[in-house]
Amino acid sequence: MSNQGKVDCGRRRLVVATAAVGGVGAVAALVPFVSSLLPSERAKAAGAPVEVDISKLEPGQMMTVEWRGKPVWIINRTKDMLDTLPKLANAVADPKSEKNQQPDYAKNDTRSIKPEIMVVVGICTHLGCSPSQKFKKGADEGMPGDWLGGFLCPCHGSTFDFAGRVYKAKPAPTNLEVPPHVYLADTRIMIGEDKKGA
Amino acid sequence: MAAGNFEKYKSDGSPAGNALEWLDARFPATSMWKGHLSEYYAPKNFNFWYFFGSLALLVLVIQIVTGIFLVMHYKPDAALNASGVPIAFASVEYIMRDVPGGWLIRYMHSTGASAFFIVVYLHMFRGLIYGSYRKPRELTWLFGVGIFLVLMGEAFFGYLLPWGQMSYWGAQVIVNLFGAIPVIGNDLSIIIRGDFVVGDATLNRFFSFHVIAFPLVLIGLVAAHVLALHETGSNNPDGVEIKANKDENGIPRDGIPFHPYYTVKDIVGVVVFLMVFSAVMFWAPEGGGYFLETPNFYPADPLKTPPHIAPVWYFTPYYSILRAMVWNFFGLDAKFWGVVAMGASVVIFAALPWLDRSPVKSIRYRGPITKAMITIFVICFFILGYLGTLSPSPMGELVSQICTVFYFGFFLGMPWWSRMDKFKPVPDRVTMK
Repeated sequence: MSNQGKVDCGRRRLVVATAAVGGVGAVAALVPFVSSLLPSERAKAAGAPVEVDISKLEPGQMMTVEWRGKPVWIINRTKDMLDTLPKLANAVADPKSEKNQQPDYAKNDTRSIKPEIMVVVGICTHLGCSPSQKFKKGADEGMPGDWLGGFLCPCHGSTFDFAGRVYKAKPAPTNLEVPPHVYLADTRIMIGEDKKGA
Repeated sequence: MAAGNFEKYKSDGSPAGNALEWLDARFPATSMWKGHLSEYYAPKNFNFWYFFGSLALLVLVIQIVTGIFLVMHYKPDAALNASGVPIAFASVEYIMRDVPGGWLIRYMHSTGASAFFIVVYLHMFRGLIYGSYRKPRELTWLFGVGIFLVLMGEAFFGYLLPWGQMSYWGAQVIVNLFGAIPVIGNDLSIIIRGDFVVGDATLNRFFSFHVIAFPLVLIGLVAAHVLALHETGSNNPDGVEIKANKDENGIPRDGIPFHPYYTVKDIVGVVVFLMVFSAVMFWAPEGGGYFLETPNFYPADPLKTPPHIAPVWYFTPYYSILRAMVWNFFGLDAKFWGVVAMGASVVIFAALPWLDRSPVKSIRYRGPITKAMITIFVICFFILGYLGTLSPSPMGELVSQICTVFYFGFFLGMPWWSRMDKFKPVPDRVTMK
């Protein structure tokens, strides 16, 4: 070749410009692939509210229903269980439910609309395990002797009281979430919908 | 080093010879055979620890072959069938009970997963004690760390597929870990799951990653690992560079052709390995609850976490490190630091070639400090692994914190302690102990 060692700057610029345009196209081609990883329209739509009949839920009992693929607990708390809540004001991390983990109508001492009926998403706010029932006081269920009853997350040991409030110095950062819910009748609850929606 | 394409095979006139000559003129068959096997000179003093590279390759083949056959019957579907059992879970039961030989293929695959990690951990330990990661083999080591990372991903994705309780809740916890990353965490975990909860979308994409994406990357990395190794030549238990001493033909005086010498030696390793592998597969396929965990024999129930959940044994050391982080720093959650520590504990292996400042490679010529540090590291690794299988407890937390400090101390202190040691003179030629 006669022009060995010489760089044709015009051609070099064209090569760079072509490569840059091609690179933009290649990046743009990523868009459909990445967006296909997002929840589909069907997944987004699958959030229908769930209606629950609680007429057979005896005091001290708990039932679990599925809402948006997650367990929602409905607990009919006894007077005894409710009495433990004020005693734990210093033991739990957010006693007054100041962090936004519940609708405004559940931002109260019992974190519920009716004092005795607790409705809460049974998913630990740490890494998403579902805590287990440890309703008995004391050490009967492998808890510490001064245990007043509540829930223990089996994965990383977070503990919650009967209002889903997390104990201090546990891995879970916030209280359990109270889902939007509304009473359609005295013993029928709609979970996933507020009054505004009804 | 791979021989060039100029070494064409010359036929002796026989049909087979003619065929090979035809092939060789179009494809580097003979030169690749020579470069990687019959004229790849490996040090003659390989010992027990040098079995595990070829065994890892064997397990890879077992996993790919058994995987191909499992996919013929497995269905990645989280929907419930007519009996109310998730289809994915039911299809694994179907493989175990109704597909002829299905139970054996599935146990080969599940035992193979644990065997893979056993073999790879031993292979990595070999590299650690003989300084195989040191110059000029840094890139071989880096490809190896890449293989290890991809293997962990592969194992994690695969564990979701039976759609048992441990599959489901293990994935739930691990995916939620990504939620701890500030700002992008929540969206990232949604992108990984493809839904707001672990569900059918998650199962299908994990299936895709497990059977297509990750195996392809894995095979590519394994090829790069072996090619890089064959470029530099293998290290050996003495850490002596055999290429520094070649005979008049340019062949290392301490080298022997990989084939037939090491192929035959490795076949002995394969036979012993397959005996142990078969014993586990036939008599203890669940590995005492460590290879296949008991809760995974129950179909996934999104409403109920099993009373005790733990990752499979090969992840437990890192899981312990995750759990050991219980403090908030710089306004960021302990959860985030746990994820950072866990990620760092795996990735830090990649830094070994640059952390080790010892003048000699092999532990044979290094002194008491190195031996003590490696011993402490291995003990801590085992303790962390054991604690990771247990439920959280205050005592376990403290012990795992101490072990985490030693774990990272081993790596981060290495530039200092690796130099302070007493060293013995390294011989010019390899020794046969």
